[in-house]
Amino acid sequence: MQSEFNRAGAATSKGAISIRNVTKVYDPDGAQVMAVDNCSMEIAPGEVCMIVGPSGCGKTTLLNAIAGFHSITGGEILLDGVPLCGAKKPLADQGSDRIVVFQNGALFPWKTLAENVAYGPMVQGRWPKAECIERARTALQEAGLGAVADKYPGEVSSGMARRAEIVRALINEPKVLLLDEPYRAMDALTKQIMHEALLEMYDRTKVTIYFITHDLEEAIFLGDRVYVMTTRPCRVKKVIDINLPRPRDYHTLTSEAFRLLVQEADEAVHEEAIKAFQAGEREMA
Amino acid sequence: MSVLADDAFATGQRPAQAPRRQPTGFALLAYRINKGFRSPTPYLMLLGIGLWIFAYWLLCEGLQLPRFEKIPGPVTILSDWLSTEPRQGTSIFTPVYYEHIYVSCRRIAIAFFLATLLGVPLGLLMGWSKTIKDYTFPVLETLRPIPIMAWVPLAILMFSGYETPVIFLATLASFFATTLNTMLGVQSIDESYFRAAGCLGSKKWDVFRHVVVPGALPFIFTGLQISVGVAWFSLVAAEMVSGDFGLGYLILSSYVNSVTVPMVIGMLTLGFVGWFSSALVRWVGNRLMQWHVKALAMQGR
Repeated sequence: MQSEFNRAGAATSKGAISIRNVTKVYDPDGAQVMAVDNCSMEIAPGEVCMIVGPSGCGKTTLLNAIAGFHSITGGEILLDGVPLCGAKKPLADQGSDRIVVFQNGALFPWKTLAENVAYGPMVQGRWPKAECIERARTALQEAGLGAVADKYPGEVSSGMARRAEIVRALINEPKVLLLDEPYRAMDALTKQIMHEALLEMYDRTKVTIYFITHDLEEAIFLGDRVYVMTTRPCRVKKVIDINLPRPRDYHTLTSEAFRLLVQEADEAVHEEAIKAFQAGEREMA
Repeated sequence: MSVLADDAFATGQRPAQAPRRQPTGFALLAYRINKGFRSPTPYLMLLGIGLWIFAYWLLCEGLQLPRFEKIPGPVTILSDWLSTEPRQGTSIFTPVYYEHIYVSCRRIAIAFFLATLLGVPLGLLMGWSKTIKDYTFPVLETLRPIPIMAWVPLAILMFSGYETPVIFLATLASFFATTLNTMLGVQSIDESYFRAAGCLGSKKWDVFRHVVVPGALPFIFTGLQISVGVAWFSLVAAEMVSGDFGLGYLILSSYVNSVTVPMVIGMLTLGFVGWFSSALVRWVGNRLMQWHVKALAMQGR
């Protein structure tokens, strides 16, 4: 059987993001706050790029710039060599080639899961309306959500809702999936199931993933490459290549190679966490 | 990933044990009534009503305390209200009683309809577009606090006859409540829904249709319930000043003619009709917002 996502995977051949010297200065009430300072990354097509850093360091600012929610004040961002935003056009257009999965979930509570998934293709006019709903059902079925396709998001667990939100993103065949701490509020057991589901979806689609987290083990388990960011202003502190074989499952978590990678990353993150903590104390004083 | 693909796992059902199906239709109604009578709520409600009527009876008819002797007690009112030959002229058997109810209800229906028709779209636009809000908000906020009674002379000068000024006043009061709540409803929608809609390739009209309208709906219906109450309030006030029929007119004309029983009958009728009208609005709202009702039910409310 040919899957909804295999077809998507065939179409999604690219998805390279170039972040070049990006700077963002916020200007609330005249006080200039530098959120991102001269930040550069090259993300290859189909790469799972994990961004780790202390809370409030400006990771989300970069995501907002890629998605077209916020403007940047310097540098440029390109998708497959085509500029999204830069000096001439500080705010990128929003589009279904870059889809965000939000921290607190943003399924429309007034639509059923199937209607939510069908929404993107429907407003884009990709297929006739009935076909959109039909394909949405198929996609939910493949993600193990067939039984709850006609329920409203308020009626299902947060884990199911988040999974449905990823299905809603992937049905549009995006080049890039942007995830902003999607599993932050979940317990460890649910999180593990979510990780495995995400890995499985990734293995099918090979979509480029930009994933923000402050959970180091999550980052190493899921990612091809982990960017450890400095505390505000946000800069790249350390890049760790993760050479763990794919497909990965929970056995990976107990391997020696995994443990060593965690150790390596932990030092860099710990240093920044302390800086962030002290900076926080200073701001309070 | 066989575990995840298993639908039984996703719904949390145990396949070995047949799950109890939710009853529908009449069976569901019977289940709810049965459950309702096992909770203290209906008994406490009946007891509360009984106690209130007893206190009222005691003050006016039982003890006949000073200052209460002119006020008709529950026995006097009920015997007149249900009598085929009421001593003070108004009962459920006199056609004029229904004429008053009909006239007031018709005015409310027209006023509420007009106010909703104007208020909801204006509120939606004000919440959605900063420009439209900048144009309209200061004017609206200045007019809104003016008590409806202060509009009475203007309404009489502007409109001829009895009907139009009364409907105008009820519409005006209702309109302000609806507009303001609708606007607040749009502003209360989480920013991430707009962002999600943008990511998924929505055009402006899609955002309006699929995010702004449904997202504001719970607030709109709260507003409509307030607005129907406000409409009754201002309607009765207007009928007292200028009118030939209606419950407000019944109350004031009874007072002027020193027949106190129809006065109280008019008041109680207003209470019941008003209650019914907001229950109707609530019912329509719940029908339109199954997602909201279900989400609240999941939270145990």
